Amino acid sequence: MNGARFTAVQRLLHWVMAICILSMLFIGVGFASTITPKYLPLVATHKTLGIAILVLALIRLGVRIRSGTPPLPADLPEPMRLAAHLSHYALYALMIAMPLLGWGMLSAADYPVVLFGGIRLPQILPLNATLHTLLWDAHFYLAFAFYALILLHIAAALFHALVRRDGVFESMAPTPSHAKVAAAE
Amino acid sequence: MTRPSLLPEKGAFGSLALIAVVVVVAAGLFAYTAGWLSPDRLTPAKMVAAFAPSGGAALGHRRNHAKGICFTGEFDANNNGVELSRAQVFANGQYPALGRFNLGTADPSAADATVRVRGMGLQITTPDGEAWRMAMIDLPFFPVSTPEAFYELLKASGSKDPDAMKDFAAAHPEFAVFGAWAQSAPWTASYAEERFSSIDSFTFSNGSGAEHVVRWSLLPQAQVVPITQSELAKLGPDHLAQEIAERVAKAPQRWTMAVTVADPGDQTSDPSKAWPADRRSVTVGTLIVQRIEPERDGPCRDINFDPTVLPNGIRVSDDPFPAARSAAYARSYNLRTAEVRDYPYHLATATGAQQ
Repeated sequence: MNGARFTAVQRLLHWVMAICILSMLFIGVGFASTITPKYLPLVATHKTLGIAILVLALIRLGVRIRSGTPPLPADLPEPMRLAAHLSHYALYALMIAMPLLGWGMLSAADYPVVLFGGIRLPQILPLNATLHTLLWDAHFYLAFAFYALILLHIAAALFHALVRRDGVFESMAPTPSHAKVAAAE
Repeated sequence: MTRPSLLPEKGAFGSLALIAVVVVVAAGLFAYTAGWLSPDRLTPAKMVAAFAPSGGAALGHRRNHAKGICFTGEFDANNNGVELSRAQVFANGQYPALGRFNLGTADPSAADATVRVRGMGLQITTPDGEAWRMAMIDLPFFPVSTPEAFYELLKASGSKDPDAMKDFAAAHPEFAVFGAWAQSAPWTASYAEERFSSIDSFTFSNGSGAEHVVRWSLLPQAQVVPITQSELAKLGPDHLAQEIAERVAKAPQRWTMAVTVADPGDQTSDPSKAWPADRRSVTVGTLIVQRIEPERDGPCRDINFDPTVLPNGIRVSDDPFPAARSAAYARSYNLRTAEVRDYPYHLATATGAQQ
């Protein structure tokens, strides 16, 4: 690989969102399995973080369309190339869909959606039990698919970093550009 | 064999093992957080399952307080509550109210006289977009001190062990107060004659930021006519729903909302401990119930009266129950809204039957 990297803005967005999304998934399965008082702050954090992720994901999509991505290594086998493309489409789709499903599911149950600071979001769907169930199921099952996809993403990133050593990991690594980690190989 | 490999030969095994460890540990942490590795964790699912009668839960219905009837009306605030909370609901004015009278049973077809505890779900909405939801019951305290004890109570009452309830009562002395109430408190033949209480404490914050821990009650303006359990039984299994529909059709029914303010040092985290009777009480308004509708197609049916849906100016206190109730109510709501086919809409209007 030629050492081309994602832009600093793209790398910042990636790592900030990585922390947000991982926290989000753990908070989600965490609050759903407890009746202790921490249930309420976890739910409030989940809603607030979810909207933050939606906003960041839309910004990130715009940045990606503008800045593009570094090319994958020319010697990357076709199945891995395809997996890389498909998994990134899926990650973007989930980053945008999950918050919308959550917001829609709360709206369809007529729950007020209140974020930190008392910010109240509008109801985006009418009260409807069937719609609520559909959206809730999607939100629930896609959360596990999302985490599985993230594990695959981490495994692939480490595979690039440790096994192939082809600069793909370094192109998104949370290090400043002048480090030129990739150039060493 | 010189098959082209995706893997460089040297050191690859160690790297792959490291990747596998990372993935397995990450999956394990997730499973732990989700409670899959902790079978003893008291989850909302376990709590809700514990309500189910031996024959199984009534599909499509609330998992507790399953028998109920919808009402609508308004809350007429008198401005007295403004000193306690900045929520708009206390400022002079009339605000739409939606609620549900109910019986504390998991069986939606239980006969009225077989159910000792009655409840009211209530939502008041204000023009600023805020909603205040409450789930109250007709005794001024809760039978047990903690959500965990409540789970044990549910397990004991559903147990085949003849000593289960005796053992539970021995381990939870606060439960005796409920036992005494259940034995001695009079029954009534009308929801309109019931006093409904918040049970849990909440923290009110006023416009200057001062905070007070409070509980509240809705005191019936209708005259209370005590009757016995057997007299109620003779009135029929669904008397309460029929009676409130007839009574409200004749005239709106009213409850006075009284907010009781804790003194410093009062037990705010334990709803089984009533506060002394001399605590300051502020009358903040009147609930006026104007219309009754059967639950099946009524406006309360698909509302979760989650007591942690609170306007700005009211928040939870150190009482652990509202969080537990919120978690369990959400579970119940998710279950029943997925079971609409077991409790379909529109039958009441089609047959004209009384629910």
